[in-house]
Amino acid sequence: MKIDPMRRLVLSLLVLSCAFVAGCAKNESGSPSSSSGSSAARTKLQGSGASFPAPLYLRWFKDYEKESSTVYVDYQAKGSGAGIQDLINETVDFAASDAAMTAEEIAKVKNGVVMLPMTAGKVVLAYNLPNGPAEVKLSREAYCKILMGEITKWNDPVIAACNSGATLPDVAITVVVRSDSSGTTHVFSTHLSAVNPQWKEKYGINKTINWPNVSHLVKAPKNDGVMALVKQTPGAIGYVEYGFALQTKQPVATLENQSGSYVKPTTQSGQASLASVTDVPEDLVVWIADPVGADCYPIVSYTWLLCYQKYSDPAKLKAVHNLVDYCVGEGQSISESIGYIPLPPSMIEKVRAATAKIQ
Amino acid sequence: MKNTIGTSLKFERTIDSAFRRVCWTLALLTILLGGLIVFEIFYHATPAIKKYGFSFLTSSQWDPANEAYGVLPEIWGTFYSSVLALIVAGLLGVSVAIWLTQNFLPSRVEWFLKTVVELLAAIPSVVYGLWGFYYVIPMLRPFAGWLHEQFSWVPFFSTPFTGPGILPAALVLGIMILPTVASISRDALSAVPSRLKEAAMGLGATRWEVIWKVVLPTASRGIGAALVLGFGRAIGETMALAMLAGNSSRLTLSLLSPSNTLAARLANQFPEAGPSEASALMFAALVLMALSLSANVFGVVINLRARYKLARVGVAR
Repeated sequence: MKIDPMRRLVLSLLVLSCAFVAGCAKNESGSPSSSSGSSAARTKLQGSGASFPAPLYLRWFKDYEKESSTVYVDYQAKGSGAGIQDLINETVDFAASDAAMTAEEIAKVKNGVVMLPMTAGKVVLAYNLPNGPAEVKLSREAYCKILMGEITKWNDPVIAACNSGATLPDVAITVVVRSDSSGTTHVFSTHLSAVNPQWKEKYGINKTINWPNVSHLVKAPKNDGVMALVKQTPGAIGYVEYGFALQTKQPVATLENQSGSYVKPTTQSGQASLASVTDVPEDLVVWIADPVGADCYPIVSYTWLLCYQKYSDPAKLKAVHNLVDYCVGEGQSISESIGYIPLPPSMIEKVRAATAKIQ
Repeated sequence: MKNTIGTSLKFERTIDSAFRRVCWTLALLTILLGGLIVFEIFYHATPAIKKYGFSFLTSSQWDPANEAYGVLPEIWGTFYSSVLALIVAGLLGVSVAIWLTQNFLPSRVEWFLKTVVELLAAIPSVVYGLWGFYYVIPMLRPFAGWLHEQFSWVPFFSTPFTGPGILPAALVLGIMILPTVASISRDALSAVPSRLKEAAMGLGATRWEVIWKVVLPTASRGIGAALVLGFGRAIGETMALAMLAGNSSRLTLSLLSPSNTLAARLANQFPEAGPSEASALMFAALVLMALSLSANVFGVVINLRARYKLARVGVAR
């Protein structure tokens, strides 16, 4: 009498465990084939890194997948620093960084690194100023002092001086910066250091800045986090990649450049800044800390795709080549619509030449 | 027939002992896993512990560029936001617990409300964070601005309201730990022997006198345990705080100022940390673990003593 339910239990347990084991086995056999991309299976390229160009990269990779039916790309916008870490640990097939890589970091990569500029972006100061004028201009003094926590009101004389004719409301400024280590911060602090000696001495150039200890400074993670906080906080100003401000339709400040003219972040002003640098070193790492020229937007930077020099898997090697080809070719035409600056033709040539190093 | 029963008994016994062994192994594995986690964190924190030692707890810089790390503002922020959250959760939670145990409501309604409060625990942290970010902060803004304008001489309101900061973080955190506080307090209150209440009533005490002078004092240790366990939860809460605290390391009394907590620091910095920073973060994790472990141990001890005391009340007839 008692045997029956017992047996049934044991039997069902057995069946369950068999199914479980079978499931595991299937999983195990399934994963290598998808990662090695042998024969008929699709080749997967795993990438991670900068969130600064992420909106553009994600669009590129999606379009590229459609075009080549054999490759798919998974890009995780973890941040430049994390991407470089992943590249060093060999957990990805490529990485992306706004701060390129330091010689020290490159030395850690066994298979060697090729750094390829893919696009360029503008760092903008997005703000939220209820009842403010249609356009807010910020002089070099004004935005440096805002970021150093020295200006606390929107109607401060320093800001008013560069916005003659406009009435600025008496609203407290909330400065929004990045809480995580970030390539955007690196680009931004590179510029501030070039412009303001006081900044250079106190805060310097880095992916994380030891920000002034003031109560009107708030930190948020990632470009999206900064953008959300600016959008949410009346009186806020924060630095983000232009694409993020474009997406959320948040107004951005017109900035004074080296020649003293006030320039809006547009594709033209960005391209002018890229064109202002003529000698490009062999590793394709160029910093445009403070472009010279009346129509240059002051805070512009290339952003790099980081590939290995050697790929042991021929399928992946081919996929990486094709991907880079697509990005610097067809891909450039959509850069502008997402808020990025298309590469100058001379740079595209150099990138194509550099891909030969990937073997 | 006899034979089959014999084998089935034997069979059952084998199953029985096998089952027991499996349970033992799994239980041991769980404990081992806990130990392994602590060891692993300690191991990775060792370089930072050696380098910074005690000064890690007393300095307030976090500067990966110069490899200078200290978590004093984070410890303060963790402690401050948790204490404030506890005030919110304590007031609400104990009131709810009294309301749900002292025959104010029909028992079905009591059960329904108890379930609703406990369901608050099922809402994911990130949802609380979003709710705080998009609802609580805008709602607080006019009120907090007024507080700063009128009472800026009070240290609690000495800075302008920036949005994310201690006040919204503590409010949301208070609601997050409300289920813990309410349900443990409820248990403590309903464990008060009814003859104590009946005796007090028999002596002519009113319902409120019974609650204030008999029920609450008798359940006080249990409620204390509820508060301490709630505090333990508040200390470790991460996602909502990373979204609401403002992530700015400041040592301040101002409720309106941005702040940071240990857990939020870990969540924000880990993804991009280099080796030296990772080690410092592990050290911070160790500090966080020590804080929340001591809060929990303290809570459990109070709770046990409360039960013991209640048992004695029950025994002394």
